Amino acid sequence: MDLSTKYLGLTLASPLMPGASPLVDDLGMVRRLEDAGASAIVMHSLFEEQILSEEREARLLESHRESHAEAASYLPDAGIFPLGPDEYLEQVQRIRRAVGVPVIASLNGTTPSSWIEYARLIEQAGAHALELNVYELATDLLEEGEEVERRVLEIAEAVVGSVSIPVAVKLSPFFSSFANLAARLDQAGADGLVIFNRFYQPDIDMEALDVLPTVHLSDSGELLLRLRWLAILSGRVRASLAVTGGVHTAEDAIKAVMAGAHAVQMVSALLKRGPEHLRRVREEMVQWMEEHGYESLAQMRGSMSLVRSGNPAAFERANYVRVLQSWRA
Amino acid sequence: MDTPIRTTTIDGNEAAASVAHRVSEVIAIYPITPSSTMGELADEWSAAGKKNLWGMVPRVVEMQSEGGAAGAVHGALQAGALCTTFTASQGLLLMIPNMYKIAGELTPFCMHVAARTLATHALSIFGDHSDVMACRQTGFALLASGSVQEAQDFAAIAHAATLKSRVPFLHFFDGFRTSHEVAKIEELSDEDLSAMLDEGAISEHRRRALTPDRPVLRGTAQNPDVFFQAREACNAFYLSCPEIVRETMDRFAERTGRSYGLFDYAGHPEAERVIVVMGSGAEVAHETVDWMVARGERVGLVKVRLYRPFDVASFAAALPQSARAIAVLDRTKEPGAVGEPLYQDVVAALSEARQAGAVSGEPRVIGGRYGLSSKEFNPAMVKAVFDELSRPAPKGHFTVGIVDDVTGLSLPVATDFDIEPDAMVRAVFFGLGSDGTVGANKNTIKIIGETTPHAAQGYFVYDSKKSGAVTISHLRFGPGPIRSSYLVGKASFVACHQFEFVNRYDMLEHAGEGADFLLNSPYGPAEVWDRLPLEMQEQIVEKRIKLHVIDAYRLAREIGLKGRINTIMQTCFFAITGVLPAEEAIGKIKETIEETYGKKGGEVLKRNFEAVDRALAALDAVPVPATATAERPRPPVVAPEAPDFVQRVTAVMISNNGDLLPVSAFPVDGTWPVGTSRWEKRNIAAEIPVWDSSICIQCNKCALVCPHAAIRVKVYEPALLAGAPESFKSCDFRASDYAGFKYTVQVAPEDCTGCSLCVMFCPAKDKANPKHKSINMEPQEPLREAERENYAFFLDLPEPDRTRPRVLDVKSTQFFQPLFEYSGACAGCGETPYLKLLTQLFGDRVLVANATGCSSIYGGNLPTTPWTANREGRGPAWSNSLFEDNAEFGLGMRLGLDSQRDTARELVARLATGLPGALARELLGADQSNEKGIAAQRARVEELKRVLSGRTDPESVRLALAADYLVRKGVWIVGGDGWAYDIGYGGLDHVLASGRDVNILVLDTEVYSNTGGQQSKATPLGAAAKFAAAGKEMPKKDLGLLAMGYGNVYVASIAFGSKDAQTVKAFLEAEAYPGPSLLIAYSHCIAHGYDMAFGAEQQKLAVDSGVWPLYRFDPRRIAAGQPALQLDYAAPKIPVKHFMRNENRFRMVERMGAERARELAAAAQRQAERRFHHYQQLATLSDAPPTGEKTGV
Repeated sequence: MDLSTKYLGLTLASPLMPGASPLVDDLGMVRRLEDAGASAIVMHSLFEEQILSEEREARLLESHRESHAEAASYLPDAGIFPLGPDEYLEQVQRIRRAVGVPVIASLNGTTPSSWIEYARLIEQAGAHALELNVYELATDLLEEGEEVERRVLEIAEAVVGSVSIPVAVKLSPFFSSFANLAARLDQAGADGLVIFNRFYQPDIDMEALDVLPTVHLSDSGELLLRLRWLAILSGRVRASLAVTGGVHTAEDAIKAVMAGAHAVQMVSALLKRGPEHLRRVREEMVQWMEEHGYESLAQMRGSMSLVRSGNPAAFERANYVRVLQSWRA
Repeated sequence: MDTPIRTTTIDGNEAAASVAHRVSEVIAIYPITPSSTMGELADEWSAAGKKNLWGMVPRVVEMQSEGGAAGAVHGALQAGALCTTFTASQGLLLMIPNMYKIAGELTPFCMHVAARTLATHALSIFGDHSDVMACRQTGFALLASGSVQEAQDFAAIAHAATLKSRVPFLHFFDGFRTSHEVAKIEELSDEDLSAMLDEGAISEHRRRALTPDRPVLRGTAQNPDVFFQAREACNAFYLSCPEIVRETMDRFAERTGRSYGLFDYAGHPEAERVIVVMGSGAEVAHETVDWMVARGERVGLVKVRLYRPFDVASFAAALPQSARAIAVLDRTKEPGAVGEPLYQDVVAALSEARQAGAVSGEPRVIGGRYGLSSKEFNPAMVKAVFDELSRPAPKGHFTVGIVDDVTGLSLPVATDFDIEPDAMVRAVFFGLGSDGTVGANKNTIKIIGETTPHAAQGYFVYDSKKSGAVTISHLRFGPGPIRSSYLVGKASFVACHQFEFVNRYDMLEHAGEGADFLLNSPYGPAEVWDRLPLEMQEQIVEKRIKLHVIDAYRLAREIGLKGRINTIMQTCFFAITGVLPAEEAIGKIKETIEETYGKKGGEVLKRNFEAVDRALAALDAVPVPATATAERPRPPVVAPEAPDFVQRVTAVMISNNGDLLPVSAFPVDGTWPVGTSRWEKRNIAAEIPVWDSSICIQCNKCALVCPHAAIRVKVYEPALLAGAPESFKSCDFRASDYAGFKYTVQVAPEDCTGCSLCVMFCPAKDKANPKHKSINMEPQEPLREAERENYAFFLDLPEPDRTRPRVLDVKSTQFFQPLFEYSGACAGCGETPYLKLLTQLFGDRVLVANATGCSSIYGGNLPTTPWTANREGRGPAWSNSLFEDNAEFGLGMRLGLDSQRDTARELVARLATGLPGALARELLGADQSNEKGIAAQRARVEELKRVLSGRTDPESVRLALAADYLVRKGVWIVGGDGWAYDIGYGGLDHVLASGRDVNILVLDTEVYSNTGGQQSKATPLGAAAKFAAAGKEMPKKDLGLLAMGYGNVYVASIAFGSKDAQTVKAFLEAEAYPGPSLLIAYSHCIAHGYDMAFGAEQQKLAVDSGVWPLYRFDPRRIAAGQPALQLDYAAPKIPVKHFMRNENRFRMVERMGAERARELAAAAQRQAERRFHHYQQLATLSDAPPTGEKTGV
């Protein structure tokens, strides 16, 4: 069965790949993912904030240096622990050496200049493509939606203009006019759109009156939102599309491809069931496709998109109305 | 010299270690100030794969004590390896037994010693020769360096000479003055070292190794028939040793151009007055002699290099025949001797030389002491010695550098004697440890050393506090060589990096005429003058000092480098002094910033660059009026109500003038008053906690966690509020047994260090606005005056009745007065809350034996100390013996107390009939298990003393003296994990096994905190520490489990940040238990690498993850048929990595290699689970009483 796909200009053996996650911190895991059929390795994000916080930590350590006669320092020499993005960049190189499939790095910056700077460093480190993780909560009461969108566009434009590797933009669904933003990113030269980012949503500890950071894994139910937006964009933008969030089974993957995904990223399912789950999904996809007489993946890609499906209204508002009505009945 | 000379700018420790590491195969080490750096560097180099001359990476092993390190090198030498070790002071003493063996077996070996004072009436970490002098008899050759250059050169000479001579060498240099002085030196290359070492001699050493292929026996026991002769059999080696050293020095000179002799003479060829001295004192003497000779004086100096074996002929040859008066200077004291060791040697050598005809005249020889414990030794003092030699009857056995107004031995020293050339740039910087001043100055020296032909020197003086520590940097740059091994006197540049110092220290006493004074000031050029105290203005006017100001803190804040002003001040230094052209200086500063943060250092790098670029624009020259205008003098150092001793002695030390105190000011035996820290108001907190009584739940946890006893609680009768200051806060106390009482949480604004541990630990949040707690941090300065008054009022409120609480728990104990307060421990210290609690519970009736380490430093380092007494004058009596013997020391206290108590009881029994009523019976049968019982017994003892007061019969007199021992007294043995797990473990184990009633508190920071975070056996798996830079692979030693094995030891593992109630309970049970008790107390520490405000939170995570167990093992439960062990923690409920990821000691390992870090974290996870599982099973085991049937008896 031909599962091949083209994502971000890269020809891949299948659409299945791990999404950005801590899975790839471990080279052994990276190799297992490749063995299980991952067509690319997406790295977790290089967070500029993390670099800044490490720098602050380093300064904290410095504040105890050279202040007492008996000890010039209290930990082994920090000089051998370089700050900055070095560790991440080295991991890019290590993964490149460890696997044969393309390596897609991921970046979350804070200022326009730092996005460009780190994107260039990642390119130099040898990543085949770059995913921009525009992970930001617009909490400023005075900032208008247009400004938020402009910032996303500016970052994408700036990075696309400063590196020669393909660039994808990973977005959240929380934009008032998502289709328009996607189209403008497409025009700005983004090679791919990754939908959607899942925000870590903090919980509340009622006893201690504390906010608790929590991570809860996705389930297949979360896929539906993504299916709709894949379907809406599919065939209408030049950029290739990746789905992330809610893909757990072969059925999920098939639906995503039918909605228009060029790449299918999985995280929660792999965290729960291990990297080998990727192989099972692939095998079951092939089995389903054979049973249903498909010759290639390309055949089904976008078949259920807004443009091509027999029932475009289902993806639009009418769907909402009808479903509600049917539920009442 | 066929290769170009390479220079480097390093300190004496690094200079010696760089040679030792390259010429050794096995290095056994143990941390001790001031030599620790040598071991750390050796370990770091080996960890980084740096190879020795033979292409192998030396094996570095950290031992459990210096005794262990000496044993390990002895063994490695026997097995044919080339070895070295590094030590000082008490550590050197512990090596002495092995040194006799190594020398007796004629083993080539060289050790390096940063010579340090031995503890006598007091411990001192500073430099003198008392440790080295204690090794004279061992048979080691003693070779003395006097400078950083020599520390390197003599290290090479010693390693080479020991191979050829087979006499082991102790190479030493002065602790701190040389070990920590940073100087530009000419570097020895690997080729230089290879050329020095005799491969043939190395082969000989290998051939003597113990091996089953050529078995021999070494270390026999010998009898009177042969020991003596066999001991004399080594003589030839000692006789030839000086010649071998001379040859080695000659070869060294040929290769490097630096020429040394066994004794080096400097001065007038026909000198009449001559000083003999060794170590860094020889450098300052050399400088002074040159100056005096240039002024026509016939003076000279003999520098002693090879002190043992002492070569009489070489000494005689070095001494000019013209000498008629000789002063021999010893940097040690040998009470009761005819004179100090070098003096005695010189007198004997002269006598022998005269007999041999090598010396013709009969010079008068006097001996004197100088420089004990790094006491300053400067040209004025050298001059004073020469002046003394000019007198018709010079004073023998003098001292120089102090004022001895008791025995009158000291020489008068001129105060205004400066011989340094004007070409020498001399700079003094006053900073805080936390502001990076020292680090920046070290960089400055490197920059100047490496970019100019000038010589460069830096020396750094630290105060003894671990929080808010003041640093003073002394820098010199100019045409070399710099022999000035003393503090800068007449500086051409003085910098004050902290404005508040203008009110505390006489910084300009260091300034020369016309000096530049750079002041970091929140007040600009127009305003600053009026903010200076009168004394400082007068100095500025009088010395025509040029004043410059910069608001470096504001600039740092603007740039986003809050609190880090070092690069800003450094840039200003270069601009004002012009040591380098401005452009070049700025370029170089930026290079060092890049070296520190890496080229990709990101934001920090950019911000530091910005600091450099913006510094000069923010720098202003201040116009100085023709006369001083201030009316305000510097405020008094201590409050006027401080006791006389504090006014006369302590205050002088606080203001950095302790050098001026005469001998008569001091106790003769090292006994000092308690409770002095309260007089040193340090005001180091930027923010202090402020209490909101409306939210407070009155749990008293803030007081419990405060490391400095700077937040306190009291309950009191409402009437006592009369006369309270206006801003004094108070609320109703909500507890039925104190109905109608008032309650206050009060901060000591000037003693708080601002760590915010209390705020973090406070459980009371405003329900409508949870970020507002019952205590919140607010800027100190605006609150200082009012809170000072409030605190004084608070302290005057009566202390609570100790017998009143029905139960002793966290809340009730915090009303008890802490008798450990305002220590110099780090802000947020994790150890001191335990000590404070100990004093609240039992402080009025304990002796404390304190192992050397952090707790003995913040507990006993002058000028002011935290252990104090209550209103009745009772409090902990504290002493520090050594590092290694603390458990034994405490056991001795127990035995001493018991013996006194038994005497008192025996006398009460004997005199019982003569005592009123049932007094004797009650005294002997008293239940003293609680506060009530103790109070009652104290009353009986008072009654007894009253009865005895008129009596004169010997037994009554003796009883009156011993009566207080009828009140129960406890012994607490306190120390860190370095002591308990490593160096003192043998003794600790023995004391546990003794069954005696002592309480042992282990403040477990999981590293040697005081010496800078070296690993101990308490270091947890996966943590990086010095000597375990890649992360420790072995699990932490389970000290508690080992102690439980005895079955009769009370053991508890506690962590106040996790479960404070269990901590209090464990203290109470331990004290009540009539046998040995061991409390192992989790103590967060700056060596863990995170903000100490989170200390208690991390403790909680440590327990929740199972990394730190909470339990109590109480042997009393066995008799009741219960399991002795009770677990006070649940099965691990969070992953260990959630604990580890918040601390840099673990994160460092991750940064070095994620895979290895994950493996270690997984192993730590398994270890935590395994340990819980193991304890869980133990907690179900109760002793089945032995039965005859089962055992068949």
